[in-house]
Amino acid sequence: MSQQIEQVLNREYEAGFVSDIESDTFLPGLDDSVIQRISKMKNEPEWMLEWRLKAFHAWQKMEEPEWAHIEYPKIDFQAVSYYSAPKSMADKPQSLDEVDPELLATYEKLGIPLIEQQMLAGVAVDAVFDSVSVVTTFREKLWEAGVIFCPISEAIQKYPDLVKQYLGSVVPQKDNYYAALNCAVFTDGSFVYIPKGTRCPMELSTYFRINEQNTGQFERTLIIADEGSYVSYLEGCTAPQRDENQLHAAVVELVVMDKAEIKYSTVQNWYPGDENGKGGIYNFVTKRAICHTDAKVSWTQVETGSAITWKYPSCILKGDNSVGEFYSVALTRGMQQADTGTKMLHIGKNTRSTIISKGISAGRSNNSYRGLVRMNSGAQGARNFTQCDSLLIGDKCGAHTFPYIESKNPSAIVEHEATTSKVSDDQMFLCRQRGIDPEKAVSMIVNGFCKEVFKELPMEFAVEAGKLLEISLEGAVG
Amino acid sequence: MLSIKNLHASVEEKNILNGLDLEIKPGEVHAIMGPNGAGKSTMGYVISGRDGYSVEQGAVSLDGKDLLALEAEDRAKAGLFMAFQYPVEIPGVSNLEFLKTAVDAQRLARGQEELSSREFLKMAREACEQVDLPVAFLKRGVNEGFSGGEKKRNEIMQMILLEPKLCILDESDSGLDIDALQVVANGVNSQRSENRSFVIITHYQRLLDYIKPDFVHVLSEGKIVKSGDASLARQLEDEGYAWLADENSSDEGLGA
Repeated sequence: MSQQIEQVLNREYEAGFVSDIESDTFLPGLDDSVIQRISKMKNEPEWMLEWRLKAFHAWQKMEEPEWAHIEYPKIDFQAVSYYSAPKSMADKPQSLDEVDPELLATYEKLGIPLIEQQMLAGVAVDAVFDSVSVVTTFREKLWEAGVIFCPISEAIQKYPDLVKQYLGSVVPQKDNYYAALNCAVFTDGSFVYIPKGTRCPMELSTYFRINEQNTGQFERTLIIADEGSYVSYLEGCTAPQRDENQLHAAVVELVVMDKAEIKYSTVQNWYPGDENGKGGIYNFVTKRAICHTDAKVSWTQVETGSAITWKYPSCILKGDNSVGEFYSVALTRGMQQADTGTKMLHIGKNTRSTIISKGISAGRSNNSYRGLVRMNSGAQGARNFTQCDSLLIGDKCGAHTFPYIESKNPSAIVEHEATTSKVSDDQMFLCRQRGIDPEKAVSMIVNGFCKEVFKELPMEFAVEAGKLLEISLEGAVG
Repeated sequence: MLSIKNLHASVEEKNILNGLDLEIKPGEVHAIMGPNGAGKSTMGYVISGRDGYSVEQGAVSLDGKDLLALEAEDRAKAGLFMAFQYPVEIPGVSNLEFLKTAVDAQRLARGQEELSSREFLKMAREACEQVDLPVAFLKRGVNEGFSGGEKKRNEIMQMILLEPKLCILDESDSGLDIDALQVVANGVNSQRSENRSFVIITHYQRLLDYIKPDFVHVLSEGKIVKSGDASLARQLEDEGYAWLADENSSDEGLGA
């Protein structure tokens, strides 16, 4: 059976096409002058440039972390280009009609039509192509509700006070190596502000696309949910199939004020590299939320892409009664490596967190869960529940669990459950004896395994995620 | 309907079936009995196409179709059903989803359209009633946390929904109390028709009190050593298998 599964896993990466778009791309290399040029391209105020340079100088003194359960050759940061934008974007198109049709076609091909009439009703999209935001839909409708949804490069100019106050407030510049790099060279991403007491009238989403060769993408997202507000946000990511590894180092900061709630979902499908581990995206991401009193944040991620995933969406549960949730499905196949999990830092009283992690390993891949639950001394009555399940497909892959639990408050309760299982011959035979094809059987078994996480995704995307898994497993059985 | 000719098969290079012959006509119920290790379950797995069993010689056909040339799923689509002795759990996949996927796959293979969710739900509810399973079982994961008896009834429910031509029941009576046994037997009896045949693999005559077989065969060392009518099962129950060894020792040697 493992042979059949191997075959199912030899699937095509559907988003692997390259768009023929003329771009302005910086030559590879990184120094002060590159950062000055990025800042200039973005027409940034002086304080922003200073902020970037400060981060860059800190980064130069930092060491690349080596504690993750991943292996890759040393990245040559001087061989990466730090800025690339379609030429047509230089004139700053004011409406969709002025956007290069080839760009719109790219997103359409990815299943994300940007023409409002064709769009999913109730979902606003910010489309980021290499280093720039191409278009943000439904902005006016959102504006009527007081919601700001725009590229972060625009927010820096239009809402400098909000950006100055919150940028780097959740993930400090020197937080870690990749976060510091991102602070220095980030190019675009989304900015969201939900005013007090407002329930965002639609789902917000950002689609990140890397197109240009040898270019790194450094997205930066900042979401502020003011008191008593609610927003559901989703990000999707794809990249062309290339033989070289490409770098994606993102920082996402969520500020969740009193009684507010942010639901943040990710469907990550960066190019994973080929069967032998050639090519693919190196995905080093820092995501963190700070929750004030009675606030709630929920991270849901479906990670099927990237050659390397290094990602720990975290919650600082600062306010009393605040709630953090992390639901994750990480699928690795071929030679993919994922080291992913979360950090739940309980500071306030009666804070609660839930972690449900589902790792699926196939091929010769390695899939690790790494999670920290910390109960600070003031976290009276805090609770955590962690469930960490691994599913193995075939016998050449690896699943690993690295839980870290630190409790400084005797009244806090931490529960951890972990299981490892295999797609068994008995399960496969039961399905096939009932007339179900092996491919369908594997995807059904895997979907069943992920059910608790999929039910947390917004409806439209739960279907998408299920399909994505199905495509990812295509060829896993013959 | 089912024709098995001179079937030789092995698992991990160990011969299990050694020249098995069996002919089953439409509407017939055949019971296969025999001592432990005789090859009863292997026979079921070889016919249904489980990986890991190799067929050295012989032929198996269903309605003239060469089963041995087909993948397991295609044998199922050709109308073969096997109720398992130890039904496996598939966590998180609801019984309803599993069953609908299976029924639709088989319908598509027969050139029929997929059923609407509403139509299927109606059928599935009726099937639940027939085997005395609460409808809530449809929403639970396949066999997830089911008791032994519930698993066996769930198998029969699947059989009812899939409407196969030939059903192999592999020790569907094992581990059942007398009430559950009756439910399973009633489920099977309700499905008996002139177009559907059954192979009932069992250790005990008990099940055959409720499902009356047309023929009883004794399988030993991989082939059928004795065939008869329902009375043979009672004789086996009373006298065990040893007398068969004596009876055969003169010509073939059962080596019991």
